[in-house]
Amino acid sequence: MQALYAQLLVGLINGSFYALLSLGLAVIFGMLNIINFAHGALYMMGAFCAYFLLNLAGIGYWPALIIAPIVVGIFGMILERTMLQWLSGLDHLYGLLLTFGIALIVQGVFQNYFGSSGLPYAIPDELKGGMNLGFMFLPIYRGWVVVFSLIVCLATWYLIEKTRLGANLRAATENPTLVRAFGINVPRMITLTYGLGVGLAALAGVLSAPINQVRPLMGADLIIVVFAVVVIGGMGSIMGSIITGFSLGVIEGLTKYFYPEASNTVVFVLMVLVLLVKPTGLTGRAA
Amino acid sequence: MAEAPAKTTGAPVLSVQNLEAWYGESHILHGINFNVNAGEVVTLLGRNGAGKTTTLKSVMGIIGKRTGSIRFNNEDITRTSSDKIARMGVAFCPEERGIFASLDVRENLLLPPIVRPGGLSLDQIFELFPNLKERLNSQGTKLSGGEQQMLAIARILRTGARFLMLDEPTEGLAPVIIQQIGHTIARLKSEGFTILLVEQNFRFAATVADRYYIVEHGKVIDGFANSELQANMDKLHTYLGV
Ligand SMILES: Nc1ncnc2c1ncn2[C@@H]1O[C@H](COP(=O)(O)OP(=O)(O)O)[C@@H](O)[C@H]1O
Ligand SMILES: [Mg+2]
Repeated sequence: MQALYAQLLVGLINGSFYALLSLGLAVIFGMLNIINFAHGALYMMGAFCAYFLLNLAGIGYWPALIIAPIVVGIFGMILERTMLQWLSGLDHLYGLLLTFGIALIVQGVFQNYFGSSGLPYAIPDELKGGMNLGFMFLPIYRGWVVVFSLIVCLATWYLIEKTRLGANLRAATENPTLVRAFGINVPRMITLTYGLGVGLAALAGVLSAPINQVRPLMGADLIIVVFAVVVIGGMGSIMGSIITGFSLGVIEGLTKYFYPEASNTVVFVLMVLVLLVKPTGLTGRAA
Repeated sequence: MAEAPAKTTGAPVLSVQNLEAWYGESHILHGINFNVNAGEVVTLLGRNGAGKTTTLKSVMGIIGKRTGSIRFNNEDITRTSSDKIARMGVAFCPEERGIFASLDVRENLLLPPIVRPGGLSLDQIFELFPNLKERLNSQGTKLSGGEQQMLAIARILRTGARFLMLDEPTEGLAPVIIQQIGHTIARLKSEGFTILLVEQNFRFAATVADRYYIVEHGKVIDGFANSELQANMDKLHTYLGV
């Protein structure tokens, strides 16, 4: 039983990363109509940003949780202003190629300087140690990652579904031309949306640094699974990406316990099944 | 064509000269000329596909390629982006109404930002369109066609814009709702709004318009005042094919 709970926890943690990343992808896809293949590289940049802050400036985990998403978000907004914006109206393929190219370049640069091995990033003192829950031992940092990711996901959902700003965003996703004709600066909104999606990826990167170490290819490995998650959940819904992200993490964890041989492939098997039955994804709408 | 007169009280609110416009490669407008004076309701008439909607969209700045001259309150807006044009006080109610499915009625109503003081308050809007008040929490596209049209007009009245462009606001609606929209336009006119209207239904247009322009094949080919309507009836039937 202990092993089952442990795998469930691992599943929830992976699910947290899936949810944060697929949420950002969904928000970006809605506004920019771009499948952001650079997402994994930006996640990695978030982790490296925390690493640099600590080792070059002595700035610790808590400030990094805020600074890294802002820094990487600004980097993303520069990418959007200088490159992505010119792709609006073109086929998805162009956005895919460009963002994939950006990912390769960013990862290549980091690999050039840091190789492929992981750099350590310590768990902050406040979150060290563990708690005995009776039925299992819970490392506090891992519990924190799950809870904090969930809060960030729900806050993002609230922002988009329940606020004035979110209403502007949803409207611009539906009909950007008309929203602009009402006097709203839609191009600026698109840039900020890309920054938000990228910031969420960077935040996931910081959260993951103490668990998975900091590696140039940390995002490349993860993003493949995240894209499968996105295909399963569909791009259409914010809550859909959150629920699908966490659920698939848990399903993966359960598979690791009950049938470990399939744990690396279960998400992809599900993806194929969903594609066969409902090509727009479980919560998606037709493109 | 003479230059638009200098900025005096008599200057037109909107002056469009030699407007040409393209959708991608297709050349749609071939020289549109007309004026709208302060406080007037001016109606563009013309058959389907003549270029009336394209004219409104060009004024709004949402047609990619446009040439000629569009002046609003004597400022050149020919190359201005649509968000800036909206902020100058131009409001647009599109033919397809443009109600957002992912927004509820309240969110749809509050979506267009206030661009200047003097817009209608929510209470004034609910007085004009009492139906909307009861449907505030419904999804925008769950409303009936008539209610959607009221919502589409209502939301631009909040913004403080004094120049409204309404593209076929009566299209596909029941007579009683057409009447309600007619009353609304008459009321707005009496409050000093300037309105550029596109209509197929010229019986309806005749109840509110001061002047008409006829659009055909992307050109304005004729124009007359409401007082000359009877004298122009035969021509009008030929133009509109009714
Ligand atoms: N998005 C578009 N792309 C290409 N052609 C268009 C588009 N919209 C309208 N047209 C063409 O432009 C012409 C004028 O259309 P429109 O301005 O909508 O006419 P009206 O409003 O007078 O019925 C028509 O021939 C129509 O087929
Ligand atoms: Mg039309």
